[in-house]
Order: sequence, then C-alpha cells, then structure tokens
Amino acid sequence: MPLLENGHVTEDRWAQAIAGEALPAGAVIVPLDRLEEGLARPKDALLGVAIGPDVDVAVLRPALPRLALVAVNFPTFRDGRAFTQARALREHLSFTGEIRATGTPLPDQYEFLLRCGVTSVQTDRAEDVAVWQQAHDIISIAYQPSVLHERAQGLGLRRFLGK
Amino acid sequence: MSTDTATLPVGRYAYDEVDRTFLSQRVAQFREQVGRRVAGELTEDEFKPLRLMNGLYLQLHAYMLRVAVPYGMMGSDQMRELAHIARTYDRDYGHFTTRQNIQFNWIRLEDTPDILERLAGVNMHAIQTSGNCIRNVTCDEFAGAAADELLDPRIHAEILRQWSTLHPEFSFLPRKFKIAISGSPHDRVAARFHDIGLVAHPGPDGRAVFDVFVGGGLGRTPIIGVKLRDNLPEEDLLAYLEAVVRVYNAYGRRDNMYKARIKILVQALGVDQFREKVDAEFAQMNRADYRLDPAIVEGIRARFGIPALDAPANAADRLDSDRKADARFDRWVRTNTHAHRHEGFISAVVSIKPDGGIPGDVTADQMDLIAALADDFSFGEIRVTHMQNVVLGHVRKDQLRDLWLRLEGAGLGTPNIGLVGDIIACPGLDYCALANARSIPIAQKLSARFANPELQENIGTLRINISGCINACGHHHAGHIGILGVDKRGEEFFQLTLGGSAENDVAIGQIIGPALPEDETVDAIARLIDTYLVLRNEGEAFIDTYRRLGAASFKDAVYAPA
Repeated sequence: MPLLENGHVTEDRWAQAIAGEALPAGAVIVPLDRLEEGLARPKDALLGVAIGPDVDVAVLRPALPRLALVAVNFPTFRDGRAFTQARALREHLSFTGEIRATGTPLPDQYEFLLRCGVTSVQTDRAEDVAVWQQAHDIISIAYQPSVLHERAQGLGLRRFLGK
Repeated sequence: MSTDTATLPVGRYAYDEVDRTFLSQRVAQFREQVGRRVAGELTEDEFKPLRLMNGLYLQLHAYMLRVAVPYGMMGSDQMRELAHIARTYDRDYGHFTTRQNIQFNWIRLEDTPDILERLAGVNMHAIQTSGNCIRNVTCDEFAGAAADELLDPRIHAEILRQWSTLHPEFSFLPRKFKIAISGSPHDRVAARFHDIGLVAHPGPDGRAVFDVFVGGGLGRTPIIGVKLRDNLPEEDLLAYLEAVVRVYNAYGRRDNMYKARIKILVQALGVDQFREKVDAEFAQMNRADYRLDPAIVEGIRARFGIPALDAPANAADRLDSDRKADARFDRWVRTNTHAHRHEGFISAVVSIKPDGGIPGDVTADQMDLIAALADDFSFGEIRVTHMQNVVLGHVRKDQLRDLWLRLEGAGLGTPNIGLVGDIIACPGLDYCALANARSIPIAQKLSARFANPELQENIGTLRINISGCINACGHHHAGHIGILGVDKRGEEFFQLTLGGSAENDVAIGQIIGPALPEDETVDAIARLIDTYLVLRNEGEAFIDTYRRLGAASFKDAVYAPA
C-alpha cells in the first residue's frame, strides 16, 4: 500500500537507511542504533528515527528537536505498544512532527492510530485505500479524550470526531 | 433530544440520540467487517480480534455471542429482546455469566450483524465482552439498594464503561482487562480478584474517592490484588486509570498469553516498582485533559432513573405476618433477600440454580417472566449477579409474597442463595474449546444431592465453584470448596481446593490432595460436608471451621471413605 497521510495517498519523501551503507544526503529514517550518525549530519538535513515497540520514547528526548519523523512499529496488529508510544510522544514529549505507523496495523485500527497521534501509515497490506478511509469515516463519536483534543459535546465524556 | 426524567430507565444510564448513533455506526462497522471476512479480504487471524471485540467467540460446536450487561443492570424491555434473540437465533435459552453478562451458545456468524442490530434497538451491544481490551465493568448487584452501601457505584461504572469504549490506546492490550467497582464496605464484587478493583466511598467534600487495587486475578496463576492507592480523588479517576493501563500496555508480557495479565507484571516488578512507574506516568500527564469534572459525573448521574420508593407504612409489618403464616415463604425470605436502604423495601434474589439444573441457564420463557416480574414489582429494573443469579432490587415488602408466589409457580423460587446449591460453574467441556472436563454434570449432581432446602440451610453459607480447566472461569480458587476439572490420560478427574474466598476475607483455595474420578467427586464432597457438620462450633460457617482446623481435618474425609 502507498503511504497514507491524513487519509490521503501521498508520495513518500523519506528514504530508509540501508544497513552497511552511508546515510544519503536528503530526508532519511534511521534505526535507533544509528541515531547518533543521523544527528551528525548537517542540521538542515531532515532526520527521522524508526523505533521498535519495546523502546521507551523518553530516550528520544534529547534528539527530538532535530527529528521531523518518528516511525513506530506494529510487528503484528495485535501488539498495541505503538499506540502508547505515539501518545507519549505527543503528550509527554510534545513532539509535533510526523509519527508514522509501520508494520502491519489493520485498517480497522486507523481511527485508533490517528487518535493516539499517528499521522501517516506505511504498510505492506494489500487493501485499497478506500478501506482505510471507510474505517476512518464509519464512527463519528468517541467517549474519551485523545491527543486530537476533540471538543467534548454536551453530556458527559462524549465528543464528535469532526468528520 | 428528550431529557424527560419521567422516562429514564431505573438504575442504568439512559441512551440518547448520540449514544444510539454511535451504536448503529458500530453495528454497520461490524457488518462491513463480516463482509470483508466472507469475501476473504480479512484472514481468520485478522478477523478474530475484530469479532472478539464484538463478543463473538468460536466455541466447540458453534459461535458464542456474549452480550454486555453493563454493571449487570438491564431493563425489562432489554430482557424481552434477549428472550426474542434466544428464540429466534439460539436454542431457546441463554446463560448468565460471572461477569454479569449473558451469552448465547448456538449462534451463526452470518446472523450476528442482525442480532447486534436488534440489540442496538434496545440500547444493548456486545462491545468489548471479549478480546484483549477493557471488558465489561462489573459492580455490586445490590448497588443503589443495599442498606450497607456508602455510595452508588453504578455512576462511576457507567463513566468507566464510556471511557473504555473503543479506547484508542487500550484496545490491543497484552491480554484482557477486567475492572470491578464497589461502593459498599462489604466486598460483593471480588475487587481483589480483578485487574483493577475500585472500592468507592465518600471523601471529605462529599465527592467519591477510590481505593485502588491492582493485579488480582484467578486463571492459571491465582493472585490476590494489592492496594495501589488510597483515596484517589474522583477528578483523577480517569487520569490514574489511564496511567495504570498505559504502564501495563507498555510493559506487560506479549510473548506468552498465560503470562500476559497485569498481575504477572505487578508480581515481576513488585508492587513498589509498579507503583513508581504508574506515579511517574501520572505525574507527566496533563491532568486538565483527563480531569473528570464533577459536572460530567453529575451529567451522567442525571441520566439514571431513580425509583420512587413509596411503600405503605405497614409494608414491613405485612411482610412479618406473611412470613409467620408460611414457613416455606419464610425460608425463601431468609435465604434469597437482601436488606434495602428503605425500610419499606427489600431486594429479592431470583435463583437461576434450580435443583439439579445448570447454573446460570435461563430459558426464553423465563426471561419473559423475569421481565414481567420486574415490571410488576421492581420498576422494570433487573440485575444480573456475578453469582449467575438475577436480582430485583427494589421490591415493596408488602408485595414480596406475591412476587414469591409467581416465582414459585414458574420454578424460579429455589431458596438456595449463598448455600450449597448456589454453585458457580463454567460452561466446561459441554461447550468450551479449552475445557478438560465437564463442569455442568458435577454441578447438577451436587445440586440434586443437596436439593433438600432444610439440609442446605442447616449446612449454611457455602460457596462451591467449578472450573472445567485451569483457566478457572468457574473461579474455583475463590470457592470455599473449589472443583477443578483435569485430564488424566484422557479421563476427566476433579481436583478439590478448600478455603478460597472472593469477599472481604479474600483467600486463594488450597489443593487438598490428588484429583478424583468423576463418580467419586460428589461423594467426597458429601463426606467433606458431613465432616464439617460434625466439627463445627455452633453458628460457625464452613469456611470458618476450615480456617480454624486446617486441611488435615478434612483430608481423611475426602480420601478415606468410612
């Protein structure tokens, strides 16, 4: 599937670091163990980092001002740790750059991803983008706060998801 | 949108158009997911968590649909719809569960979207009755009625139901997550056998505060929950629970499903280190974002119907004279009622454990009858208990005998609440794909053996719990007498545990010795009970005699028949 950003297909402007090769000059996503190498590049070169689900995102705190992207990973759609990582990046580390979900999340998780602060999805799944869009559109009401700060509407905990 | 309080359902949250819109969207979503599964766009592996989050299991012989009964409360209109579903889509019956839900055991996948649509028509659903997410929040079956209650826990149970519904961060946890809440000093919710147990009481300013227990549970590794926090202010309830579940989501084990519950994490870290992590998370959170404003609580409270508790001045006297006039009625009142906060009212427990019957099974006709009785005697309000019975919460004392007569007429007047016949049993090998042994026949034989109500009352309080495998859905570790089905070279054997309790005197039952073959198990329990009757001091319950004398006094009775 192509890269999905805010419900739209976009061109991926990011290159992935290739093991054993020097980092390219432009926008590049490095694995966590090459973060120092990425940070050593010129300050205007766009840098992203890919982390596994077992990483405490607090380790990114010193580097975060230089990072334009953090890629979180779903080794399987059942492993929900990346939801917590994304939320901690937004809520505790005030990260405002792109959070990209990689691995194999399901389209049925799309709304959860967005509400935890993920902004783009890159998966190998075969579904048409329309399935993801539909998963986003189908539910318009939520019952708890999220990083998107949907405005509470009327009674209780409810809020409209603004679609 | 109507907010006419005269039409609010008693004892539960009244849906409005927004809630109904959400439910219908959820049904449409599941219909679409079933469609993609049937079309092969979703593998069974991918579909599984989606159907589980809509309460749909694949059992031994068919699909099972578990319908949510939030905090055990439902209305007569909802019960009638469940009866209709039982008749139309199942084999004329349903089964009340220990988590206060109801499940249907013979469901076809392709009927499920239609069933969910019918449920949505009466503001019911099956959301998060399964799956690795926050499950139905359970509550005291006498909430809002009990004389000993400090605070009605259903308001906060509803808040937690809403908060946990399709929670974006906590829908793919390492394992299932169960929360119980009590507002009484007498623990009727097994707070310390839950992932989170909340015990609510009024704080200095009158707002609710919560004692928070974490990491309790039964299953393969029974553990009593530990106190994580005293006097949590109401306004921090959601923030604090977010912090607890977030720590669990980040650090709970995912490599082994049998070690994935929060109790294993709490044990591995130790409660102090676990608390440190929760506190660190809590301290980082923007508490304003997560603040549970009193206005929100009061807004939700205002959606609950309140029963108009008007009873004639002589209601209590009338009950006294009715009891004196009829010894059988008097016995049922002794065993099957609970003191109400209003002197003219009483709570009645309808036993779903008839002599020789299957614990928790209820026919469609019985559902309709319970609905009619709820309308006639208890403001249309019905409660499912974690003991798999039904409570009519607010019955006028002068009308109690009329209620009992109608229950008797329908075979629902069994006077055995809290006694030998009030057995909790999992579905076992008759239904369940995990079970090693059949729980139901043992429950039926025990119930038939001790059917005599005088004998039962003489034996007194005794909790028997039966699980068909080590996953412990029958909570055998929490039974005064626990029975665990095990497989020995292809034959069903049963292991006895003694001394468990899920109440204030919480304890995990201990294995008394080697497992017994099925046909010896009931006799062994009968000898165990005979031994207790000989050894007990006057007025002493089985559990207290066991604690006073220890297992040795009972072991001979089990293994050395006279």
